[in-house]
Amino acid sequence: MSSKPVVSVRVYVLVFLALLVLTAVTTTIAFFDLGGGVNNAAALTIAVCKAVLVILYFMHVRYSDRLTWVFVAAGFFWLLILIGGTMDDVLTRQEISRASETPPAQLQRR
Amino acid sequence: MSKVEVFRQHHFEDVEQQHEASWLGMWVFLATEVMFFGGMFACYFVYKHWYLQAFAAASNHLDIWLGAINTAVLICSSFTMAMAVYSAETNRAKPLVRYLLLTILLGLVFLGIKLFEYHSKFEEHLVPGSSFKFEESLARPAEIFFSFYFAMTGMHAVHMIIGIGLLTALVLQARRGRFSVVYHTPVELTGLYWHFVDIVWIFLFPLLYLLGRHV
Repeated sequence: MSSKPVVSVRVYVLVFLALLVLTAVTTTIAFFDLGGGVNNAAALTIAVCKAVLVILYFMHVRYSDRLTWVFVAAGFFWLLILIGGTMDDVLTRQEISRASETPPAQLQRR
Repeated sequence: MSKVEVFRQHHFEDVEQQHEASWLGMWVFLATEVMFFGGMFACYFVYKHWYLQAFAAASNHLDIWLGAINTAVLICSSFTMAMAVYSAETNRAKPLVRYLLLTILLGLVFLGIKLFEYHSKFEEHLVPGSSFKFEESLARPAEIFFSFYFAMTGMHAVHMIIGIGLLTALVLQARRGRFSVVYHTPVELTGLYWHFVDIVWIFLFPLLYLLGRHV
């Protein structure tokens, strides 16, 4: 309830310009085939950077109290468990089932 | 202080506590929204891993330029929303109304471009269902890609429409001079919601339009 604005216009404009530049960069990168892994990593890294800028400045979290930080972090920590926990199964299941279906005798012969 | 007290509801000790409760409540709501969209994102990653080739082929049928332009439009709307909150914080009534209207306008531009994209997907037979047409060997998984496309962008569009409704209510209240430096919590919280919807699109754009293009 203070009479001073939380973030100055100058900071808003800088964040706004940074977001537009990052959008242009990620779009440009998509036109070059750097190999699926590099393309994907670049696109996702830029998306995370943009999201962090919006959360910290447009959503005022950088200037908020610790309790707000805990609430924000809890949401994204859950997201990490959800996607991380799902993908570590999806990415390794084939490998693990192949290894466990190999008869022990065969393993010994090798 | 008495002017501030007018806005205090009886179950709060003081306006600071009331404001903090509203602010944290909004963040709890947004955390549930993260989980809601997070579920769809997780499913998308799983299917993308299973049907890598089909998802790449299907992704190339999306118009990357329209996606990029819409991203820029939403970023502009987030900026005007931030400026609306700034106007309320600095007690400027007229700019507040103007920035809110500008945010609504940009939201409508986004939805218009989205509608145009949906329309062309119908024309190209890329809408999942009986008239779906795609390269034979990849047709079924490509249909799954477009199911994700419509479910995720559709849910995002619903959030945009709700946001435009909230902003319209704010404009009506702001014109009656309800918001000022002493009380503008609804403007602040609608801003949080609008920025969150922007963040969802910030991830949808690379996921749907960019990720699949190169395997």
